[in-house]
Amino acid sequence: MSIVFYVIAGLSVAGALAAVLLKNTVHCALALTLAFAGLALLFLELDAQFAGFAQILVYIGAVAILVVFAILLTRGSETPQDTVLSRNPLVGLVTAAAIFAVLGWAVLHSSLSLPQESAKPQVTVMDIGNALMGRYVLPLEIVALLLTAALIGAVIVAMHEKEAAK
Amino acid sequence: MNAPINPLTGYLLVAALLFAIGLAGALTRRNAILVLIGIELMLNAANLNLIAFWRYGPHPELLTGMMFAIFSIAVAAAEAAVGLGLVIQIHRHAHTTDLDAMSRMKG
Repeated sequence: MSIVFYVIAGLSVAGALAAVLLKNTVHCALALTLAFAGLALLFLELDAQFAGFAQILVYIGAVAILVVFAILLTRGSETPQDTVLSRNPLVGLVTAAAIFAVLGWAVLHSSLSLPQESAKPQVTVMDIGNALMGRYVLPLEIVALLLTAALIGAVIVAMHEKEAAK
Repeated sequence: MNAPINPLTGYLLVAALLFAIGLAGALTRRNAILVLIGIELMLNAANLNLIAFWRYGPHPELLTGMMFAIFSIAVAAAEAAVGLGLVIQIHRHAHTTDLDAMSRMKG
């Protein structure tokens, strides 16, 4: 484990923690962007250049912007600062802690049997393109259909009601 | 456990931590947008697992984990667009993003 990994992992975890803990929702969105950037760096550290740059383009470029837009569009009705948490946050916290404990236990106890290939994978973007157009062409088409449906659905859902009634 | 730490273990632990943070955020926050942020964090943690297993598992040239992660990113983008569109529409309708106040589906 290199020092780079620890720095990037700390950055991502800090961003994620800030994203769920901060009270101001705009700050949450900015912290979320930091967490996404840290995850993209982790992907690059894992020699997955294509996934890393896709992460930057899709998450930082699109999802984070969408979240900021949604926060700013719904800003007038912010819940009061003292009730940012749901009615019984303890249940959620205990559930999350229990799940982390189980996952961490499972990972640590299986660390000897986990695969450990040290050879750097020699995969170019061309290989990914060939795989997408060959072996994975059906999932690709389904994702294309899903994205089209999601785009149309999101526009229809968010359309102004007066226009929708016409 | 005294063996030299497997690099995959570190990534899996980070992913588990991110997943738990996202789950805690999704379960404890009141604002619908912050719940969506928590869900995005959980999806990203799963992607990190997929990429880490692709990197350290056998046969990375088959690209299985990488493809899974790429499709997962695409589906997450669609989910974010529809989810935020719904939140904006609910806010326009009920003037709130408080999940506890959204107790009716009928307008």
